[in-house]
Amino acid sequence: MTLPEFFGCTFIAFGPPFALFVFSIANDPVRIIILIAAAFFWLLSLLLSSLLWFAAVPLRDVLVFGVVFSVLFQECFRYIIYRILRSTEQGLHAVAEDTRVTENKHILAYVSGLGFGIISAMFALVNVLADMSGPGTMGLKGGSEFFFITSAAQALSIVLLHTFWSIIFFNAFDTNNYVHIGYVVGTHLFVSLLTLLNADGYYWATLLPNYIVTVLTGAIAFKVAGGTGRSIKRFIMCR
Amino acid sequence: MDATSATPPDADGSLSGATERLERPPKRQQQQQQQQQRTNYGTNNADATDGAVLTVPSVVIRESGSRPSRLNAGGNDGGHSSGSGPGPSQHDIEEEQGLKYGAQHVIKLFVPVSLCMLVVVATINSISFYNSTDVYLLYTPFHEQSPEPSVKFWNALANSLILMSVVVVMTILLIVLYKKRCYRVIHGWLILSSFMLLFIFTYLYLEELLRAYNIPMDYPTAVLIMWNFGVAGMMAIHWQGPLRLQQGYLIFVAALMALVFIKYLPEWTAWAVLAAISIWDLIAVLSPRGPLRILVETAQERNEQIFPALIYSSTVIYTYMGTHYTPEETLPTATATATSSPSFSNSTTTTRATQNSLASPEPAAGPSSSSTRPGNTRTNQQRQQDNPSAAEEEAAGFTQEWSANLSDRVARRQIEVQSTQSANGRSNEYRTVTAPDSTQQPEAQEERGIKLGLGDFIFYSVLVGKASSYGDWTTTIACFVAILIGLCLTLLLLAIWRKALPALPISITFGLIFCFATSAVVKPFMENLSAKQVFI
Repeated sequence: MTLPEFFGCTFIAFGPPFALFVFSIANDPVRIIILIAAAFFWLLSLLLSSLLWFAAVPLRDVLVFGVVFSVLFQECFRYIIYRILRSTEQGLHAVAEDTRVTENKHILAYVSGLGFGIISAMFALVNVLADMSGPGTMGLKGGSEFFFITSAAQALSIVLLHTFWSIIFFNAFDTNNYVHIGYVVGTHLFVSLLTLLNADGYYWATLLPNYIVTVLTGAIAFKVAGGTGRSIKRFIMCR
Repeated sequence: MDATSATPPDADGSLSGATERLERPPKRQQQQQQQQQRTNYGTNNADATDGAVLTVPSVVIRESGSRPSRLNAGGNDGGHSSGSGPGPSQHDIEEEQGLKYGAQHVIKLFVPVSLCMLVVVATINSISFYNSTDVYLLYTPFHEQSPEPSVKFWNALANSLILMSVVVVMTILLIVLYKKRCYRVIHGWLILSSFMLLFIFTYLYLEELLRAYNIPMDYPTAVLIMWNFGVAGMMAIHWQGPLRLQQGYLIFVAALMALVFIKYLPEWTAWAVLAAISIWDLIAVLSPRGPLRILVETAQERNEQIFPALIYSSTVIYTYMGTHYTPEETLPTATATATSSPSFSNSTTTTRATQNSLASPEPAAGPSSSSTRPGNTRTNQQRQQDNPSAAEEEAAGFTQEWSANLSDRVARRQIEVQSTQSANGRSNEYRTVTAPDSTQQPEAQEERGIKLGLGDFIFYSVLVGKASSYGDWTTTIACFVAILIGLCLTLLLLAIWRKALPALPISITFGLIFCFATSAVVKPFMENLSAKQVFI
């Protein structure tokens, strides 16, 4: 049971991101590098928030504190990477073989968002996955047997959310749309704080709202990137 | 166990100590050669101006793709191109051209580095043999048995000093041998060390692999496998074989060496060695009398490749010279030849290199080139021979855009091509003498792929492997990302400075910082979070 569970959860969490990577990123070296750079920036933000958590000894058990600051740090680093990418657009234009990278500026946002999401989900899930593969199994001694699968599903939603957030966020700064910036930070806080309920086993109360937020954010990101109802219809009809 | 413990450093001296270096046949060298040629074979005007342009040391930084995070900094160092009038534009184009491939180069190094780390991490996690240190190398006499951190600390320091002095001595020995042109000794040394890695250590690896998975195997089968694997490896590395096979073997050898370090070095010593070797790398490559710098410069002076057993060559193809001798030829055919026959010569491009490879199909006909460098001629020859088979393979790796834009690039390259025309005339003449029927074959093209010393592979993998041996995957991933970013930065600096750079310092520094920070600070935080299923 352990090995199938391991593979199942791995594919739930990382299957869609992997597909996104293979089909939209792997072909272009510049995108791969941006992806890794974004991952690195996320690591930096995590490092800062962990340091803060580590330094505030009395608050170590109060996860809310760590979570709030971690979200804020992540958004700060998203802004930093936004500044960097925008200020280097010219250079990118000269270097990139695939000119779409610079012509459609949502691509940069998408790639860096995916980088954020993948590394974030990896950090959240990878040790859980390692425990999953063996020798023990979950739910034998009173623990919830849905622990792993909810973790995996949550990780997937985080990957997707980060991607959407970056698209909205980058565009919001381009167009000075403060509502969208507020939306990104707000939903990030909302989603992260909501997952605090997981500790008490309210899986439906966390997963369902999170996926609703994911779909909603996806819709906004789609609209921000220039999609319309008609274009989605045309896409479905393959025209 | 004495025998095994004695062997690694041999390989270490040659593989790691000597070669952690990132080298790209620098432009400056090329110019130098061009100027040399000019003096030798007369010049034309284009050549002269081009040479002048090329000697402008500054680089206009167009690079941003390969390292977006640094771009604002990059923009500032932008060109103070004080160069001659018509120059900058050409120079710019060329720069851009060079950097355009930068991103691709980076990926071509990312893949093998990641593969090497993957092998090491997978082995560490599945074979417990490599996880525990019970036998020690001869070079690390202090075994860190004491529970006291202070004792461990000075043990680690002493061990790493001893090991580093071995590496330094070996490197200097290699340089002296190279300076004295004792190629046979060096080749013998390299062959011996790769022989040991490919047979003895692979056998140990196989044994532990089988033991870990509890697979019974009889000795004849094992010997058969070992023989085939080892001999194929020796042939691929030192003689001839498909490029991919050679690269694969080099990666495997590096991974094996890294595993040996992880297995036989005491814990703290391993970290101390990583820090020490990156400092040594910095000194050896950058200081004016640094041994590795001398090695690179001597190799460039002599127009030779550095020994294939020491260097992983990404062999990204720049067909700069591939089309240059037929400017009147129509572009389509030129592109066709260019795509179908990427360069596999490891030599940096120069007249001599061209001569060399031209002579190589019939070595007897080229006594001038083959007399001084038997080894080199032979490798060139072999590379030429297996061009066709490997060419397909390589061509398959090209992106669509690459071939689509090729004609455009070839046209641009003609600019550079003009500058090498003197070489051109010479080589044409040479060819008609030696190999009249091979005029349709493209001559040796300039190979401007990035080269990464195997030592870099080894120590990157040691870092990641050591990090993963603590059983925490977040640390491993953090180290991996940090090393890749460090490599990116190094390559960005390479694009700016255009000279051989040490690849270890930045990456290893990042890796060490992230390794310790993650395992000390981030890991408890993340464990806390993931135990409660909190996602940030």
